[in-house]
Amino acid sequence: MTSLLEVRNLSRSFGGLVAVNNVSFALGAGQITALIGPNGAGKTTCFNLVAGAMRPTSGQVFFEARRIENTPPEAVCRMGIARTFQIVRPMRDMSVLENAMVGAFSWTSSVGEARSKAYESLESVGLAGKANASTDQLTLSDRKMLETAKALSTRPKLLLLDEVMAGLRPTEAASVVRVLRRLAETGLTILLVEHVMRIVMEVASRVVVLHHGAKIAEGSPAEVVADPKVLESYLGTGFHA
Amino acid sequence: MFVILALVGALSNPYLVSLMTIVLLFTFLGQSWNLMLGIGGQLSIGHALFVGLGAYSVGVLDVKFGISPWIGLLLGMFVAGSVGAVLAWLSFRFEVRGIYFALLTIAAAEFARIMFSGWEFVGAMQGLFFPAPTNAMDMAMLRGDARFYYFVALALAALGIAGTELISRSYLGYVWRAMRDDEQAARALGVRTFRHKILVIAISAAAAAVGGGVLALVQGSIFPDSIMGMGLSVDVLVGPVVGGLGTTFGPLVGSLTVIPLNHAMSALGDSLRIPGLNNIAYGVVLILVVWFLPDGIWPAIVRLCKAIQVPWRVWLPQPRKAEE
Ligand SMILES: Nc1ncnc2c1ncn2[C@@H]1O[C@H](COP(=O)(O)OP(=O)(O)O)[C@@H](O)[C@H]1O
Ligand SMILES: [Mg+2]
Repeated sequence: MTSLLEVRNLSRSFGGLVAVNNVSFALGAGQITALIGPNGAGKTTCFNLVAGAMRPTSGQVFFEARRIENTPPEAVCRMGIARTFQIVRPMRDMSVLENAMVGAFSWTSSVGEARSKAYESLESVGLAGKANASTDQLTLSDRKMLETAKALSTRPKLLLLDEVMAGLRPTEAASVVRVLRRLAETGLTILLVEHVMRIVMEVASRVVVLHHGAKIAEGSPAEVVADPKVLESYLGTGFHA
Repeated sequence: MFVILALVGALSNPYLVSLMTIVLLFTFLGQSWNLMLGIGGQLSIGHALFVGLGAYSVGVLDVKFGISPWIGLLLGMFVAGSVGAVLAWLSFRFEVRGIYFALLTIAAAEFARIMFSGWEFVGAMQGLFFPAPTNAMDMAMLRGDARFYYFVALALAALGIAGTELISRSYLGYVWRAMRDDEQAARALGVRTFRHKILVIAISAAAAAVGGGVLALVQGSIFPDSIMGMGLSVDVLVGPVVGGLGTTFGPLVGSLTVIPLNHAMSALGDSLRIPGLNNIAYGVVLILVVWFLPDGIWPAIVRLCKAIQVPWRVWLPQPRKAEE
């Protein structure tokens, strides 16, 4: 297994608070990996460090064997890492299709090419039928899928998804799961943040568990749910596996 | 449609011709400012800097050296574009952004105004005067009568509108609007916001310089306090704000509303011996528009046409701004 992304001893503190504490993990190409942990565990911060939106206090991030922890976000994106935001950020006066086009301009300046890529991205998340809708007509689930489509238009090798299933109804979450499986089948590597463990069990082949910024477990879903440390961390904060 | 309207205006009396010339020039200037804020998301309240640089480029070459204003306009574009780019580069390099960048644009404009006020070569406070207008039209030296300048201004306004549409529909329009709405989100999608901010500011500055050069020719003189003053910066932005921020036709509709009103109130103020009536009217219109039509007049017209199902509504380009 070659690793597409490797995070080594990554730490980030905010004042006295250590949000990410000496975390290391690697992602195999073409796999879906989940990064889980209770709220405040440091998952989003981890994403920000990988995507170049924040710089680590210490540690390194390697993407295709190149160090990227001090690379600005637009350059990280152009290298092949696309991310979504936990809080959805559609561009307000653009249609769904136009929103999905922006990412394509990272590799083309042709509006036509961007449009067809955007359609393709919308299709792969099941939003093609709403291409001409305005973004404020979308349901939360659709908005989350739009974020994913926007990211897909950049032609990423690695997709970072921050809580795309949070707040969705079970049927909606199930359809997102199907979308993610299909994307992984095309060879895309996905790193998925979720705080609800049950959903990840269905899609992820590997799980990394964070708690108070530190990695407390890593392994297959089955190994992780059986880990007493993991259960304790979740029970301690009121979440159930 | 607008072109026909404007043409009709051109055939009427001299007062209307000169008023419409100013309306069209400020449409163009407003367009340049609108590109920067309405599409690029960068606020300038010192656009007089670029207008003035354009005016002086044309003025100095023409008055001092007898060189054609066409060259002056090109020089102005280059000078203003470069000054804009350097200002933007320095500002964003040191993380000065948003309202702080806007303050920097005023500071730069005031600095330039004071510098030009003391610079003997460009006429200092006494200003620069172009040769007296002739009735013989001279394309090479851009000289002619009032009607000639009217058509120059009309061409410029049309060019501005066409250019804005073109940019809006190109990849720059998409990328800039994404950057305007959310810089972090745009960067995450691979938009190199640093260079795009510099680019939009440079293009806006270069366009403003062209408007400034023509404005100077129309007025026949250049004074630092009026061409580079705060007042001009405000005049540039009132049109697009009233007409509709970020819309292609906003600056035209806004200028058409505000400038004639300003002139009428000014005349009324003179006859009633109430100086400053025009400024009061200006303020009242601004407040009314901001209060009742916060996204401007043009989007409201589009909404109205949609609501009453005017058959020719298909001709009206949709405003870019959301109706919320
Ligand atoms: N920009 C920031 N400034 C200060 N503290 C932050 C910032 N971002 C996150 N934190 C803190 O870091 C911790 C981890 O946050 P986060 O990474 O968002 O957790 P998660 O995504 O796992 O819920 C939290 O305690 C949060 O308050
Ligand atoms: Mg989070």
